[in-house]
Amino acid sequence: MIKINKEYCKGCKLCIENCPKKCISLSKEVNDKGYFYAVYKEGCTSCKFCALICPDACIEVIKE
Amino acid sequence: MQDYLTLLKLKKLPTTWCPGCGNGLVVKALAQAMHELKMNKHNTVIVSGIGCNGRSAGYFNLESIHTLHGRAIPVAEGIKTANPKLNVIVLSGDGDLLAIGGNHLLHASRRKTNITVICVNNRIYGMTGGQASPTTPLNAKTASTPFGNEFPEIDVQPVVLANNNLYARSTVYHFDHLKQVIKKALLDKEFSFVEVMSNCYQGYGKKAGYMHPYEIIMDFKKNYNMSRSHKKELKKNEIGFVKK
Repeated sequence: MIKINKEYCKGCKLCIENCPKKCISLSKEVNDKGYFYAVYKEGCTSCKFCALICPDACIEVIKE
Repeated sequence: MQDYLTLLKLKKLPTTWCPGCGNGLVVKALAQAMHELKMNKHNTVIVSGIGCNGRSAGYFNLESIHTLHGRAIPVAEGIKTANPKLNVIVLSGDGDLLAIGGNHLLHASRRKTNITVICVNNRIYGMTGGQASPTTPLNAKTASTPFGNEFPEIDVQPVVLANNNLYARSTVYHFDHLKQVIKKALLDKEFSFVEVMSNCYQGYGKKAGYMHPYEIIMDFKKNYNMSRSHKKELKKNEIGFVKK
């Protein structure tokens, strides 16, 4: 599974597009900076594609 | 995996760049490479010039200097001359290093000072609103060239290779390759130059017809091929490193 630090996220959607399992979506609320942030849903296989492409270092991958 | 964050100023995050900008990826790659080579605030200095990427020096938890426009390389050479024990890294953009600072690049590669230059090439002057820079491709529409760019882009590779220095090229899509190339440049004992092809959606991509920063990044996957290191020169659509 992945852990997303919502205060670092700027909502660029790169992780959403890059996820092969489509298990990340955009939130309906905004964070402190006013950006819609990425939210983890279900079905992660710990492939780290999202963590590789994230420009803001806000995704941490935890292997179960 | 998140250990490299000790090298960044966490109070300043998130970065000020637009969402989806490649500069964040370059900062991440450099921080991870430095962490793996055990570079820390006691033995490393980062120098940057003016431009979007010039802000990246401020995000590192090191002694970093944000210099005048185009003068990042002379300052780095000065630091290296004063204290040769330090690892000096120049992290700046194409407008800073190749346009106004082009002369300094020429002479730094001639003098072979032991510094590492990382040039983030997003093919535009992003901070001022998307004007054509020396690396803008031919016929590209920008804010200052509404009918298409008339002049061909600059090629840095022969300038750096003319004095037998290390030249490397990578893109923000090939993240692991970028990290390996940066590591190779940091370990090099002479002048080394890394050109990173990056994306600028707000300044360049919108006018070029892209709908999302991800499309520009995927174009790097399509257009650039990996090359073997034995070659004497990289072709225009190849990534890799050359040292004669």
